[in-house]
Amino acid sequence: MYRSHVLVCGGTGCTSSGSQEIIRVLQEEIDKNGLTDEVCVVKTGCHGLCALGPIMIIYPDSTFYSMVKPEDVAEIVSEHLLKGRVVTRLVYDETVTDNGIKSLGETAFYKNQHRIALRNCGVINPENIDEYIGRDGYAALGKVLTEMTPDDVIKCILDSGLRGRGGGGFPTGRKWQLAKDLVKGGQKYVCCNADEGDPGAFMDRSVLEGDPHVVFEAMAIAGYAIGANQGYIYVRAEYPIAVERLEIALKQAREYGVLGENIFGTDFSFDIGLRLGAGAFVCGEETALMTSIEGNRGEPRPRPPFPAEKGLFGKPTILNNVETYANIPQIILNGAEWFASMGTEKSKGTKVFALGGKINNTGLVEIPMGTTLRTVIEDIGGGIPNGKKFKAAQTGGPSGGCIPAEHFDVPIDYDNLIQIGSMMGSGGLIVMDEDNCMVDIAKFFLEFTVDESCGKCTPCRIGTKRLYEILEKIINGNGTLEDIDKLEELCYYIKENSLCGLGQTAPNPVLSTLRYFKDEYIAHVVDKKCPAGVCKALLNFVIDPDKCKGCTLCARKCPVNAISGTVKEPHVIDTTKCIKCGACMDNCKFGAIEKK
Amino acid sequence: MKSLEELKAIRERMQHQVGFRSDSGDDQIRVVVGMATCGIASGARPVLTALSSAVQEKSLANVSVTQTGCIGLCQYEPIVEVMEPGKEKVTYVKMNPEKALEVVEQHLIKGTVVTKYTISSAMDK
Repeated sequence: MYRSHVLVCGGTGCTSSGSQEIIRVLQEEIDKNGLTDEVCVVKTGCHGLCALGPIMIIYPDSTFYSMVKPEDVAEIVSEHLLKGRVVTRLVYDETVTDNGIKSLGETAFYKNQHRIALRNCGVINPENIDEYIGRDGYAALGKVLTEMTPDDVIKCILDSGLRGRGGGGFPTGRKWQLAKDLVKGGQKYVCCNADEGDPGAFMDRSVLEGDPHVVFEAMAIAGYAIGANQGYIYVRAEYPIAVERLEIALKQAREYGVLGENIFGTDFSFDIGLRLGAGAFVCGEETALMTSIEGNRGEPRPRPPFPAEKGLFGKPTILNNVETYANIPQIILNGAEWFASMGTEKSKGTKVFALGGKINNTGLVEIPMGTTLRTVIEDIGGGIPNGKKFKAAQTGGPSGGCIPAEHFDVPIDYDNLIQIGSMMGSGGLIVMDEDNCMVDIAKFFLEFTVDESCGKCTPCRIGTKRLYEILEKIINGNGTLEDIDKLEELCYYIKENSLCGLGQTAPNPVLSTLRYFKDEYIAHVVDKKCPAGVCKALLNFVIDPDKCKGCTLCARKCPVNAISGTVKEPHVIDTTKCIKCGACMDNCKFGAIEKK
Repeated sequence: MKSLEELKAIRERMQHQVGFRSDSGDDQIRVVVGMATCGIASGARPVLTALSSAVQEKSLANVSVTQTGCIGLCQYEPIVEVMEPGKEKVTYVKMNPEKALEVVEQHLIKGTVVTKYTISSAMDK
């Protein structure tokens, strides 16, 4: 028995900020102080507050240390672990109050969250199956196999109102029911879509890294429900930590017999195989994903037939996303009503969002459906840095759209987001402030989809390229009003004629920025100006002669000698030579240089 | 291969360990051991580990065992304080692991203060 547990985040975020080294030094210091038998070090998954990594939490006092460096570790061990004195300078400052330290659950970041899919992330050691079992792991599978029929399971998932968390929002129970009933008996498959390709979203990675067994358990439950004995997890090879933990977890699950033949002595058998994806965005599309598992080039195919009828290897298949699976065991254990009591009328439960962009608390948050964007950004996310003004938030990544400030108080759920021209997507939430140009943002996402289009169908392959070219023309100041009309027309054409979700959603960033920020497009085209000051071709750097003191610093910093003037006299920029690098503006001590 | 019973046994064994990692609520009984130099010198560490282990073994989920610094009564170390919400703080002095286990058994589980080890009885002597 250990008297204290020290949890150090071993997720990708904290690993890249050096948590492995911290774990090494920590164990060394603990040994040196003779605390080996009293204190244990636990490498956990992600705790969500990635901006403050590496993160260390010490129990039983639940002290939250942030941005820990290896050289801080000796002090934490000798002060906190040995003498019980909190090292205040390293404590997450949100938890410090006048009356001492408040618990993590009371901080703005965690107070509004409700963790179901992420319940074990950051709490257990993902490489130890016993810890998962200690948090009721595999109890749902036990309950399903001994007390429930496949129809009971499907009814429970249906009643819970769970919808696909990968973005589409299709009712999960309905999907399972189709796979069970459309074709009776025979070989069937359960697949897990862990090919998280949406730039900015990393909740699936966190679940795989922090709680891999929950995915196995849920897949086995799905297998029992539809009558499948084999599952596949399609995970991207760019997630090396996730792949490693999945492999360790798979080995342990097989050793314990919670995967394999005759689970818990019943006649249900289920095993799981891992398949690594090479990082093509289109492989997150279900038919392309299954084609890739089959060993072929990852290209989508038309539906119907839907996978529930003819999926992997031509057999009935269900495919759910990681986060969807992470909810299943809790729904089975706590009941459909429990889950359905959270969220809005048509979107039940919680959703994990990856906060990124211009926001203070970048990281992962899990909130009940129906929470407003305002709560997510201002309270949980800690607002926008440097006192800037919120402009829009992009949800759904390159398939989604932007939500402008006027919809700040719309409750977030599947249907509301679609209504305001965006989509839930997998849950990436990129915050933009007044310094972001919306035309430039649309071009950024288009560049991604042009790159990731698999090329099988023409509307997507050529259409997105043409969209990109028009955007580029506008950004370079050569656009006309007709281009804006053509842009919109092409968007609808691509949406209606593309083969798969990639092409059908690729124009969304353009359409939604056109819908809410058309004035910015017009400013680019008519006034030849970029209101946010981003598009370089439309900017001119000028020196305000009233503010310029003639210090000559800008002239010395200019890499192309475009600035001339004599000492103590206002300088001038020659716009024909200027390459708009901004070096003069960055270096001016008097704020005399402006972008116009 | 594990049966459901074996799984249940693992769960019960592990529950204490992972349950340890939760925010201590306001209704918690806090057991605090003085672990300044004076405390450590007079043998507070084995007292702390004995208390912590016993509390976990007996799955006393509402009890958290932590350390504190010197409270200024160095001659009475090792000192253990038990703080129960809504009740007066109880201070046990000159503790050792055996006495600590008695406190777990009598005070934390049964709710009876072990008066013979408290500071008031030590001062009366």
